[in-house]
Amino acid sequence: MKREIDFKVNSETYSIVIDTRETLLDALRYRLGFMGPKEGCGNGNCGSCTVALNGMIVDSCLVFAVEAEGAEVTTVEGVAVDGKLHPVQQAFIENGALQCGFCTPGFLMSAKALLEQNPNPTEQEIRLALSGNLCRCTGYDKIVRAVMAASQALSKVA
Amino acid sequence: MREFAYAAPQSLPEAFDLLTRTDGDSRPLAGGTDLITQMKENRKSPGLVVNVKRIPELNVLAWDERQGLRIGAAVSCTRIATFAPVRERYPALAEACILVGSVQIQNRAALGGNFCNAAPSADAVPPVLSYGGKVIVAGPTGRRELAAEDFFVGPGQTVLGKGELLIEIVIPTPPPRSGAAYLRFIPREEMDIAVAGVGSFVQLSADRTRCEQARITLAAVAPTPMRAREAEEFLAGKTLDAATLTQVGELAARAAKPISDVRGSAAYRIELVKVLTRRTLQKALERVS
Repeated sequence: MKREIDFKVNSETYSIVIDTRETLLDALRYRLGFMGPKEGCGNGNCGSCTVALNGMIVDSCLVFAVEAEGAEVTTVEGVAVDGKLHPVQQAFIENGALQCGFCTPGFLMSAKALLEQNPNPTEQEIRLALSGNLCRCTGYDKIVRAVMAASQALSKVA
Repeated sequence: MREFAYAAPQSLPEAFDLLTRTDGDSRPLAGGTDLITQMKENRKSPGLVVNVKRIPELNVLAWDERQGLRIGAAVSCTRIATFAPVRERYPALAEACILVGSVQIQNRAALGGNFCNAAPSADAVPPVLSYGGKVIVAGPTGRRELAAEDFFVGPGQTVLGKGELLIEIVIPTPPPRSGAAYLRFIPREEMDIAVAGVGSFVQLSADRTRCEQARITLAAVAPTPMRAREAEEFLAGKTLDAATLTQVGELAARAAKPISDVRGSAAYRIELVKVLTRRTLQKALERVS
């Protein structure tokens, strides 16, 4: 059944008509063209679809778009500000923390959320916080190193 | 997925009305981490989905000494695990809430949903039973309160009747000289479903030499989360030495009625209950203030 929803994505207001069966992920990708969040598993295991919903990261494949009425959503497209990459993004590039790149938007959202809550995580804390994101290329080592590097870069800024 | 209508009521009477009118063809939606996957797989196909996250009663999260901890059924695992009174007074609940899936899942998944999905392996449920928690259920015909363990009927089945909702989970303030812990076994580090889990609560006698009372809850080894009553009764009045803890593990294992499945054999689960019972009791004892 069709419903109209109003919500914000990366600080812009949108009003769209969606089907109640549509996930937030599909609405973001196919109604609004935010192709950063990806569908890997579609059931909450892989984290490729991670976005922030009202400031909390969620798997957007496990949210009905209709639930986002009045919400504020941030996708990976909203992480860089005025064309300047976020330190987490910069660290992923500098540390080669990706190969195919499919999982990267999800990892960036999870890593950014972790560092906002815990600016100086241990390696173990990073691995735990990223346990909801799967990468089938890298073996995770470079991702973990990138998050540690981002943590250091952010502490220098602060 | 079957087409469905959607409603986001802002009050309980509105929600009861919606759930009752659809005559069983509706499902409440809290965090959606179980329901949405089930709908995607056509295991559940409600004609109406009722988002209950906008109902104030289901968002309560409060603690005071007398009333204990009140958790609205739609409150997320993250909110519970980061709530200061939970971290200070209910460590077993805090540790269980952050075992449920990933950060992304914990940010959405509700404790009430963990109850209503009624998986025998639900990680956030055993600590509630071990702390002696209750649940409040309400519907068009009124409100009832029951012991948390009595909420479950079988795998995926609860006592909820037509038009009824789980409203709140209430956990009494732990008494003095008590501690609790929850442990589960999974073959990997994170993001898995318990092969077996045990939640233990223990209160020591006034002179701290013996066990005053204990509650032991088993997960993933029976059709529902269950209390190991014989083991609990055996502990009362005993000194908690190594021999006693081993014996109580044996008694808890005797109460378990596991199945063999892809996660583990029944025999293996029985061994896990012995070990986890002992370890959770030890951990609970270390936490006695």
